[in-house]
Amino acid sequence: MTASVTKPRPGGGEDNAAAPVIELTVTAADRRVARYAAAAIVLTIAEAALPSPLPGVKPGLANIVTLIVLWRHGWREAVWVTLLRVLAGSLLVGQFLAPGFFLSLTGALLSLAVLALAAWLPRRAFGPVSLSLLAAFAHIAGQLLLVRLWLVPHDGVFHLAPVFASAALVFGIVNGLIAAKILEENKS
Amino acid sequence: MKAWLALLRPGDWLVMAVGLAGVGVSFPLLWHGGTAELAVVKRDGTVVAELPLTAPRRFDVSGPLGNTVIEIQPGRARVASDPGPRQYCVLQGWLTRPNSIAICAPNHVSLALAGREGSHDSLSY
Repeated sequence: MTASVTKPRPGGGEDNAAAPVIELTVTAADRRVARYAAAAIVLTIAEAALPSPLPGVKPGLANIVTLIVLWRHGWREAVWVTLLRVLAGSLLVGQFLAPGFFLSLTGALLSLAVLALAAWLPRRAFGPVSLSLLAAFAHIAGQLLLVRLWLVPHDGVFHLAPVFASAALVFGIVNGLIAAKILEENKS
Repeated sequence: MKAWLALLRPGDWLVMAVGLAGVGVSFPLLWHGGTAELAVVKRDGTVVAELPLTAPRRFDVSGPLGNTVIEIQPGRARVASDPGPRQYCVLQGWLTRPNSIAICAPNHVSLALAGREGSHDSLSY
């Protein structure tokens, strides 16, 4: 988004000249980010309604949106969409600034960092499934680290790592396939 | 099914294989947690011996009913015999994980394993 302060209108009266008008120029990219973020937020909320056998094990359907944005429009827009989703999603679910919010933020940040590197992989060989898996593992690694450092300061939490890693493997593949399918069907 | 498989690229198979192998490797490594390093023997709540789980040995503790025999082997320990009537602590067998404990209540003896950090005995959410 670009903000620009326009000069006082030349024909205006004296009092108009004192108040410069701030105009926000909405670019096509802004609209796109907003639309994708809205889709991701819907998925987050739908997912929050699903019961989970273990806290932290979730399909992470909103990451499908992140993958699609990354694939089509690059990493910068994926970051925007993801962070907007984490923020607005937590506000809507009532988790803002609760531990769950910091967990998803840490997971999102680490997986975005990994995706920044993974985006350099040659696309001919590595498709959305690769990106999805790498992001899923990064997500779970970030969350486990935060839990270890902050919520449960004991190495005992790492006993759960295989469970989380298995979930990341399964949901990473499934989400990656869904993203690949959507990208395949909507080639532009 | 075939349509879904067509979405996978060669590198995807590689990433999936590495991921699966990583998950497979993580199971035995992490499921067991830390290793037990010390057997702590107590009588009436006071520590009578702290035995490193390095070399095999036997250790006798005398309680009100008689002798409880603790057996140590590398990485594990058990109550080999106890004069108590129900033998719960003997039947428990080998203890291998940190913070596991066998209590011979009638003879006032307990055998607990400790890891490097013995500060928690349970975690709950």
